Amino acid sequence: MKSLERALRQIRGEGRKALVPYFMAGVTPNWRDYVHAAIQGGADAVEIGLPFSDPLMDGVVIQEAGLRALNAGTTLASVCAELQQESFSVPLVAMTYYNLFHYDGLERAAGRLQQAGITGAIVPDLTLEESTHWRAVCASSDVATIFMVAPSTTSDRFVQLAAATEGFCYAAARMAVTGRAAGAGDAQRVVDSVREVSDVPTYVGIGITQPEQARESSAFSDGVIVGSALVARVLAGDSPVEIEGLIATFRDAIDG
Amino acid sequence: MHMQQPDESGRFGDFGGRFVPEALMPACLELEAAFKEAWSDPAFVGEFRHVLAEFGGRPTPITHLSRLSDKLGVRIFAKREDLAHTGSHKINNVVGQTLLTKRMGKTRVIAETGAGQHGVATATAAARLGLGCTVYMGELDTQRQELNMFRMELLGARVVPVTSGSRTLKDAVNEAMREWVTCVEDTHYCLGSVMGPHPFPWMVREFQSIIGQEAREQMLSRGEGVPDMVVACVGGGSNAAGIFAGFANTTSRLIGAEAAGGAAVANGSPGVLHGMKSMLIQSEFGQIEEAHSISAGLDYPGIGPEHAHLAATGRAEYVPVSDDEVIPALQLMSELEGIIPALESAHAVAWIIREAGRAIPSGSSVLLNLSGRGDKDVAQVREMLKGQQ
Ligand SMILES: Cc1ncc(COP(=O)(O)O)c(C=O)c1O
Repeated sequence: MKSLERALRQIRGEGRKALVPYFMAGVTPNWRDYVHAAIQGGADAVEIGLPFSDPLMDGVVIQEAGLRALNAGTTLASVCAELQQESFSVPLVAMTYYNLFHYDGLERAAGRLQQAGITGAIVPDLTLEESTHWRAVCASSDVATIFMVAPSTTSDRFVQLAAATEGFCYAAARMAVTGRAAGAGDAQRVVDSVREVSDVPTYVGIGITQPEQARESSAFSDGVIVGSALVARVLAGDSPVEIEGLIATFRDAIDG
Repeated sequence: MHMQQPDESGRFGDFGGRFVPEALMPACLELEAAFKEAWSDPAFVGEFRHVLAEFGGRPTPITHLSRLSDKLGVRIFAKREDLAHTGSHKINNVVGQTLLTKRMGKTRVIAETGAGQHGVATATAAARLGLGCTVYMGELDTQRQELNMFRMELLGARVVPVTSGSRTLKDAVNEAMREWVTCVEDTHYCLGSVMGPHPFPWMVREFQSIIGQEAREQMLSRGEGVPDMVVACVGGGSNAAGIFAGFANTTSRLIGAEAAGGAAVANGSPGVLHGMKSMLIQSEFGQIEEAHSISAGLDYPGIGPEHAHLAATGRAEYVPVSDDEVIPALQLMSELEGIIPALESAHAVAWIIREAGRAIPSGSSVLLNLSGRGDKDVAQVREMLKGQQ
């Protein structure tokens, strides 16, 4: 078992619901300060967005953050080099699109992540069917491959995806890209479908914008992922201290 | 060699596959199953051909371009997709996909469009079948192709300008895919070219292969035999795949003319975009570059995966044509042949003009796929010619 899953299972073992915020690497020169602030505010792991020119799974907020990061010259290599200079007390997980790894070369990309202390990767356009090569490359490293499941996922795919995912299973609450909260979502059904076939930690994401929503979703899952709601604040100019405060309100809501 | 069936995972050699969010995977699998089933059902194939005949204007003729031939010293024949309903080959694909949409029990289609031709064709076929229709179009293209935007609205479609990224075709595809995630239950994504995740590249090629089948019969029945060369413009590559399909197992040389500012084979490298692995124009860090072309329909930094494979095996050749060759080609074709070609198709014409007597030996026979008519481009061409004076 890779270190990410050990850490996340331990959190669950302690009876704690995981809070996983997302930040876009390179969006501001001090972007790593937001990561530290998030940890201060109570994050259990942090998702680090690596910007891509064509983010198919992202709504306008994360698109805008990615564009700013790209315009500032952010690359896979630059992010990994920056992260290598520091250490963080919670696991870091990369979220990006497959072309960045493909272009770099899978071995080299996995090596970069490992050296940067990134212990998992969420690659929404890398389907289970296309992931064989990437997972084989990561098998000899500590980089976990995290798969998403969605309300449209069929029962046979729930079995396969829950078996393949490492670290946690990312349960998309709704049929939407990031940052679009419409309707109550199907999160509970999606989480239950994973639970029926696996005991892997299962976190709810996509469209969680309010602490109250986070509380509701964490009640029937092992944790929540909060992305666009935070990234929107960073884009609006909130300081790391302000973000720490915002994360703390999510933390309080989840801990009840 | 024939055009291939992709393998189980949707690959043509090294290219193709399926790189989409899990939320869309069930829809891709459902579509693959539905297409396989329909395409082997004579009733569906019969209806497809019937609609293309009574509504789409097929078969389109082949015209001997005698004055252009005399001028260039080669024998040029044009497959007249410009005479198909809505003015381009795009109607073939959308008739197939909208019939399939109905068969799958879906009630609505969405589409991306560059020049507006695929959007107009989709809106047209949707109107005929009573399907809802929303078209995503880059904001820059809504300006370049204002009339096509209005045409889609007349046909009852909603047009959504896309303001992200380069505001052209690439971003329209991104936005259409993002939207598809939200409505996949009742909506089919009617992709406009031989690109995207499996089964789209294969399915769209199959629907377009009617061009090549007709052209081959027509060339043979006029006693011409198989042409020495088959030339088509390539954006995503659907008109090229359609005509190549009729000649892949012959001795014809197959040539795809790409816009120089979006020449994915000449200037690209393997990568993953829009659900497929193919040849893409990328920065040194794996970011997809913006294409630049005077023709909105070729303004795309990639190419369909089967073309990437045909290029890798050498069965087809892909050549860049620059913007400034295109307008003179359009003018020459108009003046000598009485046919105003679409800016996209004019790329293929321009390559023939440039290479006649060089890459095209004198006396050769050349089959040109005239993918569309230039009506949509007339205002833009007038502005550009004014600018030259
Ligand atoms: C007339 C015409 N030809 C060609 C194209 C390029 O598409 P494809 O390469 O799929 O044939 C377009 C696209 O809009 C078009 O309108």
